[in-house]
Amino acid sequence: MTLKTVVNNVAEMPASKKAVVDINKLSLTFQTADGPVYALSDVDLTIEEGDFVSFIGPSGCGKTTLLRVIADLEQATGGEISINGVTPHEAREKRAYGYVFQAPALLPWRSIERNVTLPLEIMEISKEERVRRAQEALKLVELNGFEKKFPWQLSGGMQQRASIARALSFDADLLLMDEPFGALDEIVRDHLNEQLLKLWARTNKTVAFVTHSIPEAVYLSSKIVVMSPRPGRIIDVIETDFPKDRTLDIRETPEFLEIAHRVREGLRAGHSNDE
Amino acid sequence: MMSGQTGPVCVVLIALLVLWYVGAVFMNAPTQIDRYERADQAWTTGQLIEDTLAQDRPILPAPHQVAVEMYKTIFAIKITSKRSLVYHSWVTLSSTLLGFGIGTLLGVLLAVGIVHVMTLEKSLMPWVISSQTIPILAIAPMIIVVLGAIGIKGLVPKAVISTYLCFFPVTISMVKGLRSPQVIQLDLMRTYNASKWQTFWQLRLPSAMPYLFASLKVAIAISLVGAIVGELPTGAQAGLGARLLAGSYYGQTIQIWSALLTAAFVAAILVVIVGWCERRVLARMGVKS
Repeated sequence: MTLKTVVNNVAEMPASKKAVVDINKLSLTFQTADGPVYALSDVDLTIEEGDFVSFIGPSGCGKTTLLRVIADLEQATGGEISINGVTPHEAREKRAYGYVFQAPALLPWRSIERNVTLPLEIMEISKEERVRRAQEALKLVELNGFEKKFPWQLSGGMQQRASIARALSFDADLLLMDEPFGALDEIVRDHLNEQLLKLWARTNKTVAFVTHSIPEAVYLSSKIVVMSPRPGRIIDVIETDFPKDRTLDIRETPEFLEIAHRVREGLRAGHSNDE
Repeated sequence: MMSGQTGPVCVVLIALLVLWYVGAVFMNAPTQIDRYERADQAWTTGQLIEDTLAQDRPILPAPHQVAVEMYKTIFAIKITSKRSLVYHSWVTLSSTLLGFGIGTLLGVLLAVGIVHVMTLEKSLMPWVISSQTIPILAIAPMIIVVLGAIGIKGLVPKAVISTYLCFFPVTISMVKGLRSPQVIQLDLMRTYNASKWQTFWQLRLPSAMPYLFASLKVAIAISLVGAIVGELPTGAQAGLGARLLAGSYYGQTIQIWSALLTAAFVAAILVVIVGWCERRVLARMGVKS
Protein backbone atom coordinates (compact mmCIF):
# COMPACT_ATOMS: atom_id res chain seq x y z
CA MET A 1 0.00 0.00 0.00
CA THR A 2 1.43 3.41 -0.88
CA LEU A 3 1.43 6.32 1.59
CA LYS A 4 -1.21 8.09 -0.50
CA THR A 5 -3.65 5.15 -0.15
CA VAL A 6 -3.08 4.99 3.59
CA VAL A 7 -3.78 8.71 3.96
CA ASN A 8 -6.92 8.39 1.81
CA ASN A 9 -8.13 5.45 3.83
CA VAL A 10 -7.63 7.33 7.09
CA ALA A 11 -9.49 10.33 5.69
CA GLU A 12 -12.44 8.12 4.82
CA MET A 13 -12.72 6.52 8.27
CA PRO A 14 -15.63 7.94 10.30
CA ALA A 15 -14.53 10.04 13.29
CA SER A 16 -14.83 7.74 16.34
CA LYS A 17 -17.29 9.12 18.83
CA LYS A 18 -16.50 9.26 22.50
CA ALA A 19 -18.36 6.70 24.59
CA VAL A 20 -20.28 8.61 27.23
CA VAL A 21 -21.83 5.60 28.94
CA ASP A 22 -20.10 2.24 28.79
CA ILE A 23 -21.98 -0.72 30.28
CA ASN A 24 -20.48 -4.19 30.50
CA LYS A 25 -22.35 -7.28 31.70
CA LEU A 26 -24.32 -5.20 34.18
CA SER A 27 -26.54 -7.05 36.66
CA LEU A 28 -28.81 -5.89 39.43
CA THR A 29 -30.53 -8.35 41.69
CA PHE A 30 -32.89 -7.18 44.42
CA GLN A 31 -33.10 -9.46 47.43
CA THR A 32 -36.71 -9.37 48.50
CA ALA A 33 -38.75 -11.26 51.06
CA ASP A 34 -40.02 -13.71 48.45
CA GLY A 35 -36.76 -14.40 46.71
CA PRO A 36 -34.36 -12.55 44.38
CA VAL A 37 -35.69 -10.25 41.66
CA TYR A 38 -33.43 -10.08 38.59
CA ALA A 39 -34.08 -6.48 37.65
CA LEU A 40 -31.13 -6.39 35.23
CA SER A 41 -29.22 -9.31 33.85
CA ASP A 42 -26.04 -9.14 31.74
CA VAL A 43 -26.69 -5.81 30.07
CA ASP A 44 -24.13 -4.66 27.49
CA LEU A 45 -24.53 -1.21 25.99
CA THR A 46 -22.54 1.77 24.76
CA ILE A 47 -24.02 5.24 24.51
CA GLU A 48 -21.91 7.57 22.39
CA GLU A 49 -21.62 11.31 22.52
CA GLY A 50 -24.56 13.06 20.89
CA ASP A 51 -26.74 9.92 20.81
CA PHE A 52 -30.42 10.02 21.61
CA VAL A 53 -31.03 6.58 23.09
CA SER A 54 -34.53 5.39 23.96
CA PHE A 55 -35.19 2.52 26.29
CA ILE A 56 -38.48 0.85 25.58
CA GLY A 57 -40.15 -2.18 27.08
CA PRO A 58 -43.10 -3.36 29.16
CA SER A 59 -43.26 -2.49 32.84
CA GLY A 60 -40.81 -4.42 34.94
CA CYS A 61 -38.22 -4.81 32.17
CA GLY A 62 -35.65 -2.77 34.07
CA LYS A 63 -35.50 0.34 31.87
CA THR A 64 -36.04 2.76 34.76
CA THR A 65 -33.69 0.68 36.92
CA LEU A 66 -31.00 0.93 34.25
CA LEU A 67 -31.42 4.70 34.09
CA ARG A 68 -31.20 4.92 37.86
CA VAL A 69 -28.00 2.86 37.88
CA ILE A 70 -26.50 5.32 35.38
CA ALA A 71 -27.61 8.14 37.71
CA ASP A 72 -26.12 6.41 40.79
CA LEU A 73 -29.57 6.27 42.38
CA GLU A 74 -29.23 2.46 42.49
CA GLN A 75 -26.06 0.37 42.74
CA ALA A 76 -25.37 -2.55 40.42
CA THR A 77 -24.67 -5.94 42.00
CA GLY A 78 -22.55 -7.21 39.12
CA GLY A 79 -20.70 -6.05 36.01
CA GLU A 80 -19.17 -2.68 35.17
CA ILE A 81 -20.45 0.70 34.22
CA SER A 82 -18.58 3.93 33.54
CA ILE A 83 -19.84 7.41 32.75
CA ASN A 84 -17.36 9.67 30.95
CA GLY A 85 -14.71 7.23 32.07
CA VAL A 86 -15.48 7.39 35.80
CA THR A 87 -17.83 5.52 38.15
CA PRO A 88 -21.47 6.66 38.39
CA HIS A 89 -20.77 7.90 41.92
CA GLU A 90 -17.98 10.17 40.73
CA ALA A 91 -20.11 11.31 37.79
CA ARG A 92 -22.88 12.25 40.23
CA GLU A 93 -20.40 14.15 42.41
CA LYS A 94 -19.30 16.10 39.34
CA ARG A 95 -22.95 16.73 38.42
CA ALA A 96 -22.33 15.24 35.00
CA TYR A 97 -26.00 14.70 34.16
CA GLY A 98 -29.42 16.27 34.49
CA TYR A 99 -32.27 13.97 35.53
CA VAL A 100 -35.91 14.45 34.60
CA PHE A 101 -38.37 12.32 36.58
CA GLN A 102 -41.79 10.99 35.63
CA ALA A 103 -43.39 13.66 37.77
CA PRO A 104 -42.18 17.26 37.58
CA ALA A 105 -40.93 17.15 41.21
CA LEU A 106 -40.90 20.95 41.44
CA LEU A 107 -40.63 22.36 44.97
CA PRO A 108 -44.05 23.93 45.57
CA TRP A 109 -42.78 26.77 47.78
CA ARG A 110 -40.42 28.08 45.10
CA SER A 111 -41.33 30.09 42.02
CA ILE A 112 -40.55 28.58 38.61
CA GLU A 113 -37.40 30.67 38.31
CA ARG A 114 -36.19 29.62 41.75
CA ASN A 115 -36.98 26.00 40.95
CA VAL A 116 -34.82 26.18 37.83
CA THR A 117 -32.00 27.79 39.82
CA LEU A 118 -32.14 25.16 42.60
CA PRO A 119 -29.23 23.05 41.22
CA LEU A 120 -27.28 26.25 40.58
CA GLU A 121 -27.79 27.32 44.20
CA ILE A 122 -26.53 23.94 45.38
CA MET A 123 -23.48 24.37 43.16
CA GLU A 124 -22.99 27.79 44.80
CA ILE A 125 -23.09 29.76 41.59
CA SER A 126 -23.43 33.54 41.93
CA LYS A 127 -26.84 35.16 41.83
CA GLU A 128 -26.47 37.06 38.53
CA GLU A 129 -25.14 33.95 36.79
CA ARG A 130 -28.02 31.90 38.20
CA VAL A 131 -30.65 34.31 36.90
CA ARG A 132 -28.99 34.45 33.49
CA ARG A 133 -28.84 30.66 33.15
CA ALA A 134 -32.42 30.29 34.33
CA GLN A 135 -33.56 32.75 31.67
CA GLU A 136 -31.70 30.80 28.99
CA ALA A 137 -33.06 27.46 30.14
CA LEU A 138 -36.63 28.75 30.31
CA LYS A 139 -36.24 30.21 26.82
CA LEU A 140 -35.19 26.79 25.52
CA VAL A 141 -38.45 25.28 26.77
CA GLU A 142 -40.51 28.36 25.85
CA LEU A 143 -41.56 29.26 29.37
CA ASN A 144 -40.44 32.91 29.41
CA GLY A 145 -42.85 35.06 31.33
CA PHE A 146 -43.65 32.36 33.87
CA GLU A 147 -40.61 32.93 36.09
CA LYS A 148 -42.52 34.36 39.04
CA LYS A 149 -45.39 31.92 38.92
CA PHE A 150 -45.67 29.02 41.34
CA PRO A 151 -45.91 25.38 40.20
CA TRP A 152 -49.58 25.05 41.13
CA GLN A 153 -50.38 27.84 38.71
CA LEU A 154 -48.99 25.87 35.76
CA SER A 155 -50.49 22.98 33.83
CA GLY A 156 -48.92 19.52 33.94
CA GLY A 157 -47.19 19.99 30.60
CA MET A 158 -45.74 23.34 31.63
CA GLN A 159 -44.54 21.94 34.93
CA GLN A 160 -42.75 19.16 33.10
CA ARG A 161 -41.16 21.72 30.76
CA ALA A 162 -39.97 23.64 33.82
CA SER A 163 -38.51 20.40 35.12
CA ILE A 164 -36.64 19.95 31.82
CA ALA A 165 -35.40 23.55 32.02
CA ARG A 166 -34.08 22.77 35.51
CA ALA A 167 -32.19 19.75 34.17
CA LEU A 168 -30.68 21.91 31.42
CA SER A 169 -29.77 24.88 33.62
CA PHE A 170 -26.40 23.63 34.79
CA ASP A 171 -25.32 22.58 31.31
CA ALA A 172 -24.52 18.92 31.92
CA ASP A 173 -23.66 17.00 28.76
CA LEU A 174 -25.81 14.01 29.64
CA LEU A 175 -29.59 14.17 30.04
CA LEU A 176 -31.42 11.27 31.69
CA MET A 177 -35.19 11.30 31.24
CA ASP A 178 -37.52 8.78 32.87
CA GLU A 179 -40.85 8.72 30.99
CA PRO A 180 -41.10 12.52 31.27
CA PHE A 181 -44.21 12.81 29.11
CA GLY A 182 -45.98 9.70 30.39
CA ALA A 183 -48.59 11.60 32.39
CA LEU A 184 -49.55 14.02 29.62
CA ASP A 185 -52.17 13.84 26.90
CA GLU A 186 -51.26 13.07 23.30
CA ILE A 187 -51.50 16.59 21.90
CA VAL A 188 -49.25 18.09 24.56
CA ARG A 189 -46.98 15.08 24.18
CA ASP A 190 -46.58 15.63 20.43
CA HIS A 191 -45.73 19.27 21.00
CA LEU A 192 -43.19 18.44 23.69
CA ASN A 193 -41.64 15.71 21.54
CA GLU A 194 -41.05 18.25 18.78
CA GLN A 195 -39.61 20.71 21.27
CA LEU A 196 -37.30 18.10 22.79
CA LEU A 197 -36.04 17.08 19.37
CA LYS A 198 -35.25 20.70 18.45
CA LEU A 199 -33.53 21.11 21.79
CA TRP A 200 -31.39 18.04 21.20
CA ALA A 201 -30.47 19.20 17.69
CA ARG A 202 -29.51 22.62 19.04
CA THR A 203 -27.59 21.64 22.17
CA ASN A 204 -26.04 18.38 20.95
CA LYS A 205 -26.42 16.71 24.33
CA THR A 206 -26.40 12.97 24.89
CA VAL A 207 -29.88 11.86 25.93
CA ALA A 208 -31.04 8.61 27.55
CA PHE A 209 -34.83 8.49 27.37
CA VAL A 210 -37.11 5.88 28.94
CA THR A 211 -40.55 5.46 27.41
CA HIS A 212 -43.26 2.90 26.84
CA SER A 213 -44.61 4.56 23.72
CA ILE A 214 -43.33 3.02 20.48
CA PRO A 215 -44.03 6.05 18.22
CA GLU A 216 -42.30 8.35 20.70
CA ALA A 217 -39.24 6.12 20.87
CA VAL A 218 -38.94 5.77 17.09
CA TYR A 219 -39.59 9.48 16.46
CA LEU A 220 -37.06 10.84 18.93
CA SER A 221 -34.14 8.41 18.93
CA SER A 222 -30.98 7.77 17.02
CA LYS A 223 -30.78 4.42 18.81
CA ILE A 224 -33.61 2.33 20.28
CA VAL A 225 -32.90 -0.24 22.98
CA VAL A 226 -35.71 -2.77 23.32
CA MET A 227 -35.82 -4.48 26.70
CA SER A 228 -37.84 -7.31 28.20
CA PRO A 229 -38.58 -8.37 31.78
CA ARG A 230 -37.87 -11.32 34.01
CA PRO A 231 -34.93 -11.08 33.96
CA GLY A 232 -34.47 -7.49 32.72
CA ARG A 233 -32.30 -7.67 29.58
CA ILE A 234 -31.76 -6.10 26.17
CA ILE A 235 -33.54 -7.86 23.34
CA ASP A 236 -32.60 -5.62 20.42
CA VAL A 237 -30.69 -2.42 19.62
CA ILE A 238 -32.00 -0.58 16.57
CA GLU A 239 -30.12 2.31 14.94
CA THR A 240 -32.14 4.89 13.05
CA ASP A 241 -30.91 7.62 10.75
CA PHE A 242 -33.79 10.00 10.32
CA PRO A 243 -32.74 13.55 9.50
CA LYS A 244 -32.19 15.77 12.53
CA ASP A 245 -34.74 18.32 11.37
CA ARG A 246 -37.58 15.81 11.08
CA THR A 247 -41.21 16.74 11.81
CA LEU A 248 -44.07 14.69 13.17
CA ASP A 249 -45.17 13.86 9.60
CA ILE A 250 -42.35 11.36 9.48
CA ARG A 251 -44.51 9.05 11.57
CA GLU A 252 -46.48 8.06 8.49
CA THR A 253 -43.53 7.21 6.25
CA PRO A 254 -42.70 3.56 5.44
CA GLU A 255 -39.24 3.77 6.99
CA PHE A 256 -40.75 4.87 10.27
CA LEU A 257 -43.36 2.12 10.20
CA GLU A 258 -40.72 -0.48 9.42
CA ILE A 259 -38.65 0.48 12.44
CA ALA A 260 -41.77 0.64 14.62
CA HIS A 261 -42.61 -2.84 13.40
CA ARG A 262 -39.16 -4.08 14.32
CA VAL A 263 -39.54 -2.59 17.82
CA ARG A 264 -42.92 -4.23 18.20
CA GLU A 265 -41.49 -7.59 17.17
CA GLY A 266 -38.75 -7.21 19.73
CA LEU A 267 -41.27 -6.42 22.45
CA ARG A 268 -43.39 -9.39 21.50
CA ALA A 269 -40.36 -11.69 21.54
CA GLY A 270 -39.53 -10.53 25.03
CA HIS A 271 -43.08 -11.00 26.25
CA SER A 272 -43.42 -14.52 24.84
CA ASN A 273 -41.12 -15.76 27.57
CA ASP A 274 -43.95 -15.09 30.02
CA GLU A 275 -46.34 -17.63 28.46
CA MET B 1 -60.48 33.06 55.82
CA MET B 2 -62.72 34.20 58.61
CA SER B 3 -65.67 35.15 56.38
CA GLY B 4 -68.52 32.74 56.79
CA GLN B 5 -67.33 31.73 60.24
CA THR B 6 -68.62 34.71 62.24
CA GLY B 7 -72.27 33.71 61.88
CA PRO B 8 -71.98 30.18 63.25
CA VAL B 9 -69.55 31.31 65.97
CA CYS B 10 -72.03 33.98 67.13
CA VAL B 11 -74.86 31.46 67.23
CA VAL B 12 -72.78 29.09 69.36
CA LEU B 13 -71.75 31.94 71.67
CA ILE B 14 -75.35 33.02 72.17
CA ALA B 15 -76.39 29.45 72.88
CA LEU B 16 -73.58 29.14 75.43
CA LEU B 17 -74.64 32.38 77.14
CA VAL B 18 -78.24 31.19 77.40
CA LEU B 19 -77.10 27.89 78.88
CA TRP B 20 -74.87 29.77 81.29
CA TYR B 21 -77.70 31.95 82.56
CA VAL B 22 -79.98 28.98 82.99
CA GLY B 23 -77.20 27.10 84.75
CA ALA B 24 -76.52 30.04 87.07
CA VAL B 25 -80.13 30.20 88.15
CA PHE B 26 -80.28 26.47 88.83
CA MET B 27 -76.96 26.20 90.64
CA ASN B 28 -77.50 29.24 92.86
CA ALA B 29 -81.16 28.45 93.59
CA PRO B 30 -80.60 26.08 96.59
CA THR B 31 -78.51 28.64 98.55
CA GLN B 32 -80.92 31.42 97.63
CA ILE B 33 -83.96 29.45 98.76
CA ASP B 34 -82.06 28.66 101.96
CA ARG B 35 -81.52 32.37 102.51
CA TYR B 36 -85.23 33.12 101.95
CA GLU B 37 -86.23 30.49 104.45
CA ARG B 38 -83.84 31.69 107.12
CA ALA B 39 -85.16 35.24 106.70
CA ASP B 40 -88.70 33.90 106.65
CA GLN B 41 -89.27 35.60 103.30
CA ALA B 42 -91.91 34.65 100.78
CA TRP B 43 -90.54 34.42 97.24
CA THR B 44 -91.70 34.22 93.66
CA THR B 45 -89.92 32.60 90.70
CA GLY B 46 -89.24 36.00 89.16
CA GLN B 47 -87.63 37.22 92.36
CA LEU B 48 -85.65 34.00 92.64
CA ILE B 49 -84.24 34.42 89.16
CA GLU B 50 -83.32 38.04 89.85
CA ASP B 51 -81.63 37.24 93.14
CA THR B 52 -79.70 34.18 91.94
CA LEU B 53 -78.13 36.32 89.25
CA ALA B 54 -76.98 38.98 91.70
CA GLN B 55 -75.48 37.06 94.62
CA ASP B 56 -72.33 38.15 96.34
CA ARG B 57 -70.58 34.79 96.33
CA PRO B 58 -72.57 32.68 93.87
CA ILE B 59 -71.74 29.06 93.15
CA LEU B 60 -71.94 29.89 89.46
CA PRO B 61 -71.62 33.62 88.71
CA ALA B 62 -73.85 35.03 86.00
CA PRO B 63 -72.18 36.25 82.79
CA HIS B 64 -72.93 39.90 83.50
CA GLN B 65 -71.42 39.63 86.99
CA VAL B 66 -68.21 38.24 85.51
CA ALA B 67 -68.25 40.90 82.78
CA VAL B 68 -68.60 43.71 85.33
CA GLU B 69 -65.76 42.28 87.45
CA MET B 70 -63.56 41.94 84.38
CA TYR B 71 -64.29 45.50 83.34
CA LYS B 72 -63.48 46.72 86.84
CA THR B 73 -60.17 44.88 87.05
CA ILE B 74 -59.00 45.39 83.46
CA PHE B 75 -60.10 48.84 82.35
CA ALA B 76 -61.22 50.72 85.46
CA ILE B 77 -58.05 50.16 87.41
CA LYS B 78 -54.42 51.23 87.20
CA ILE B 79 -52.23 48.67 85.41
CA THR B 80 -49.66 48.80 88.18
CA SER B 81 -52.21 47.92 90.86
CA LYS B 82 -51.92 44.47 92.38
CA ARG B 83 -55.57 43.85 91.61
CA SER B 84 -55.33 44.66 87.92
CA LEU B 85 -55.93 41.70 85.64
CA VAL B 86 -53.72 43.39 83.06
CA TYR B 87 -50.80 43.22 85.50
CA HIS B 88 -51.53 39.57 86.32
CA SER B 89 -52.00 38.70 82.67
CA TRP B 90 -48.64 40.20 81.88
CA VAL B 91 -46.95 38.16 84.62
CA THR B 92 -48.43 34.95 83.25
CA LEU B 93 -47.85 35.98 79.64
CA SER B 94 -44.17 36.75 80.17
CA SER B 95 -43.39 33.27 81.45
CA THR B 96 -45.68 31.77 78.77
CA LEU B 97 -43.74 33.50 76.00
CA LEU B 98 -40.35 32.70 77.47
CA GLY B 99 -41.29 29.05 77.92
CA PHE B 100 -42.79 28.94 74.43
CA GLY B 101 -39.65 30.39 72.87
CA ILE B 102 -37.27 28.02 74.62
CA GLY B 103 -39.60 25.04 74.15
CA THR B 104 -39.94 25.67 70.41
CA LEU B 105 -36.18 26.03 69.98
CA LEU B 106 -35.56 22.88 71.99
CA GLY B 107 -38.24 20.97 70.05
CA VAL B 108 -36.82 22.00 66.67
CA LEU B 109 -33.23 21.13 67.67
CA LEU B 110 -34.31 17.75 69.01
CA ALA B 111 -36.24 17.01 65.84
CA VAL B 112 -33.28 17.97 63.61
CA GLY B 113 -31.04 15.68 65.67
CA ILE B 114 -33.50 12.80 65.63
CA VAL B 115 -34.00 12.97 61.86
CA HIS B 116 -30.31 13.22 60.98
CA VAL B 117 -28.60 10.99 63.52
CA MET B 118 -29.74 7.38 63.82
CA THR B 119 -28.52 6.85 67.40
CA LEU B 120 -30.34 9.96 68.61
CA GLU B 121 -33.63 8.67 67.28
CA LYS B 122 -33.30 5.38 69.12
CA SER B 123 -32.03 6.93 72.35
CA LEU B 124 -34.04 10.17 72.58
CA MET B 125 -37.52 9.37 71.32
CA PRO B 126 -38.50 7.01 74.17
CA TRP B 127 -37.40 9.64 76.70
CA VAL B 128 -39.21 12.42 74.88
CA ILE B 129 -42.44 10.46 74.93
CA SER B 130 -42.17 9.20 78.48
CA SER B 131 -41.39 12.72 79.73
CA GLN B 132 -45.00 13.60 79.01
CA THR B 133 -46.48 10.74 80.97
CA ILE B 134 -45.66 12.40 84.29
CA PRO B 135 -48.60 14.56 85.45
CA ILE B 136 -47.62 18.21 85.30
CA LEU B 137 -49.35 19.01 88.57
CA ALA B 138 -46.96 16.62 90.30
CA ILE B 139 -43.83 17.86 88.61
CA ALA B 140 -44.52 21.60 88.82
CA PRO B 141 -44.05 21.98 92.60
CA MET B 142 -40.88 19.88 92.41
CA ILE B 143 -39.38 22.11 89.72
CA ILE B 144 -40.27 25.26 91.67
CA VAL B 145 -38.86 23.95 94.93
CA VAL B 146 -35.64 22.57 93.38
CA LEU B 147 -34.96 25.73 91.40
CA GLY B 148 -35.89 27.87 94.39
CA ALA B 149 -33.36 25.99 96.48
CA ILE B 150 -30.54 27.03 94.13
CA GLY B 151 -31.77 30.61 94.12
CA ILE B 152 -33.76 30.69 90.86
CA LYS B 153 -37.18 32.11 91.58
CA GLY B 154 -39.97 34.00 89.88
CA LEU B 155 -40.14 33.96 86.09
CA VAL B 156 -37.66 31.19 85.25
CA PRO B 157 -39.15 28.19 87.09
CA LYS B 158 -42.55 28.91 85.54
CA ALA B 159 -40.92 29.22 82.11
CA VAL B 160 -39.24 25.84 82.72
CA ILE B 161 -42.63 24.25 83.31
CA SER B 162 -44.00 25.87 80.14
CA THR B 163 -40.96 24.65 78.20
CA TYR B 164 -41.42 21.15 79.55
CA LEU B 165 -45.00 21.05 78.29
CA CYS B 166 -44.57 22.67 74.91
CA PHE B 167 -41.36 21.12 73.51
CA PHE B 168 -43.14 17.80 73.03
CA PRO B 169 -45.72 18.69 70.36
CA VAL B 170 -43.09 20.72 68.52
CA THR B 171 -40.63 17.79 68.52
CA ILE B 172 -43.16 15.25 67.32
CA SER B 173 -44.54 17.50 64.58
CA MET B 174 -41.13 18.60 63.37
CA VAL B 175 -39.87 15.01 63.15
CA LYS B 176 -42.87 14.19 61.00
CA GLY B 177 -42.43 17.38 58.98
CA LEU B 178 -38.71 16.92 58.39
CA ARG B 179 -39.44 13.42 57.14
CA SER B 180 -42.31 14.54 54.90
CA PRO B 181 -40.43 15.18 51.61
CA GLN B 182 -41.31 12.64 48.92
CA VAL B 183 -38.78 10.08 47.73
CA ILE B 184 -38.74 11.72 44.30
CA GLN B 185 -37.68 15.04 45.87
CA LEU B 186 -34.95 13.35 47.91
CA ASP B 187 -33.75 11.59 44.73
CA LEU B 188 -33.69 14.97 43.01
CA MET B 189 -31.37 16.37 45.67
CA ARG B 190 -29.19 13.28 45.30
CA THR B 191 -28.78 13.90 41.58
CA TYR B 192 -27.40 17.33 42.45
CA ASN B 193 -25.00 15.77 44.96
CA ALA B 194 -26.49 18.05 47.61
CA SER B 195 -24.95 17.79 51.10
CA LYS B 196 -27.08 16.84 54.10
CA TRP B 197 -27.15 20.45 55.21
CA GLN B 198 -28.29 21.64 51.75
CA THR B 199 -31.01 18.99 51.64
CA PHE B 200 -32.13 20.11 55.12
CA TRP B 201 -32.17 23.80 54.32
CA GLN B 202 -33.63 23.60 50.79
CA LEU B 203 -36.03 20.67 51.14
CA ARG B 204 -36.70 19.33 54.62
CA LEU B 205 -37.16 22.59 56.50
CA PRO B 206 -39.59 24.22 54.03
CA SER B 207 -41.58 20.96 53.84
CA ALA B 208 -41.87 20.99 57.64
CA MET B 209 -43.39 24.49 57.91
CA PRO B 210 -47.09 23.47 57.90
CA TYR B 211 -46.36 20.83 60.52
CA LEU B 212 -44.41 23.32 62.63
CA PHE B 213 -47.19 25.90 62.71
CA ALA B 214 -49.83 23.32 63.56
CA SER B 215 -47.75 22.29 66.57
CA LEU B 216 -47.01 25.92 67.53
CA LYS B 217 -50.71 26.56 68.06
CA VAL B 218 -50.89 23.60 70.44
CA ALA B 219 -47.61 24.61 72.07
CA ILE B 220 -48.53 28.19 72.86
CA ALA B 221 -51.86 27.22 74.43
CA ILE B 222 -50.25 24.52 76.52
CA SER B 223 -47.44 26.89 77.47
CA LEU B 224 -50.02 29.20 79.03
CA VAL B 225 -51.44 26.27 80.99
CA GLY B 226 -47.93 25.49 82.22
CA ALA B 227 -47.41 29.07 83.38
CA ILE B 228 -50.68 29.06 85.29
CA VAL B 229 -49.92 25.67 86.86
CA GLY B 230 -46.53 27.04 87.85
CA GLU B 231 -48.16 29.85 89.77
CA LEU B 232 -50.26 27.58 91.94
CA PRO B 233 -47.61 26.04 94.21
CA THR B 234 -45.82 29.28 95.12
CA GLY B 235 -48.55 30.50 97.42
CA ALA B 236 -50.30 32.88 95.09
CA GLN B 237 -48.16 35.94 94.53
CA ALA B 238 -48.85 37.21 91.02
CA GLY B 239 -50.28 36.00 87.76
CA LEU B 240 -53.62 34.64 86.57
CA GLY B 241 -53.06 31.33 88.36
CA ALA B 242 -52.40 33.25 91.55
CA ARG B 243 -55.66 35.16 91.12
CA LEU B 244 -57.50 31.87 90.59
CA LEU B 245 -55.97 30.50 93.77
CA ALA B 246 -56.63 33.64 95.82
CA GLY B 247 -60.22 33.65 94.65
CA SER B 248 -60.70 30.07 95.77
CA TYR B 249 -59.11 30.73 99.17
CA TYR B 250 -61.50 33.57 99.95
CA GLY B 251 -64.57 32.14 98.22
CA GLN B 252 -64.60 34.93 95.66
CA THR B 253 -66.12 32.91 92.83
CA ILE B 254 -66.63 35.97 90.64
CA GLN B 255 -62.91 36.68 90.92
CA ILE B 256 -62.11 33.08 89.96
CA TRP B 257 -64.30 33.23 86.89
CA SER B 258 -63.01 36.57 85.70
CA ALA B 259 -59.41 35.31 85.97
CA LEU B 260 -60.46 32.14 84.15
CA LEU B 261 -62.12 33.99 81.28
CA THR B 262 -59.16 36.36 80.99
CA ALA B 263 -56.82 33.39 80.70
CA ALA B 264 -59.07 31.93 78.00
CA PHE B 265 -59.04 35.21 76.06
CA VAL B 266 -55.25 35.50 76.34
CA ALA B 267 -54.87 31.94 75.01
CA ALA B 268 -57.26 32.66 72.15
CA ILE B 269 -55.38 35.83 71.19
CA LEU B 270 -52.05 33.99 71.24
CA VAL B 271 -53.37 31.21 69.00
CA VAL B 272 -54.83 33.79 66.60
CA ILE B 273 -51.45 35.55 66.44
CA VAL B 274 -49.70 32.25 65.63
CA GLY B 275 -52.35 31.58 62.97
CA TRP B 276 -51.75 35.00 61.46
CA CYS B 277 -47.99 34.40 61.34
CA GLU B 278 -48.65 31.03 59.73
CA ARG B 279 -50.74 32.59 56.94
CA ARG B 280 -48.06 35.19 56.25
CA VAL B 281 -45.23 32.64 56.10
CA LEU B 282 -47.14 30.14 53.99
CA ALA B 283 -48.27 32.89 51.59
CA ARG B 284 -44.63 33.82 51.04
CA MET B 285 -43.95 30.16 50.36
CA GLY B 286 -46.46 30.23 47.54
CA VAL B 287 -49.16 28.11 49.16
CA LYS B 288 -52.54 28.40 47.44
CA SER B 289 -54.73 30.64 49.60
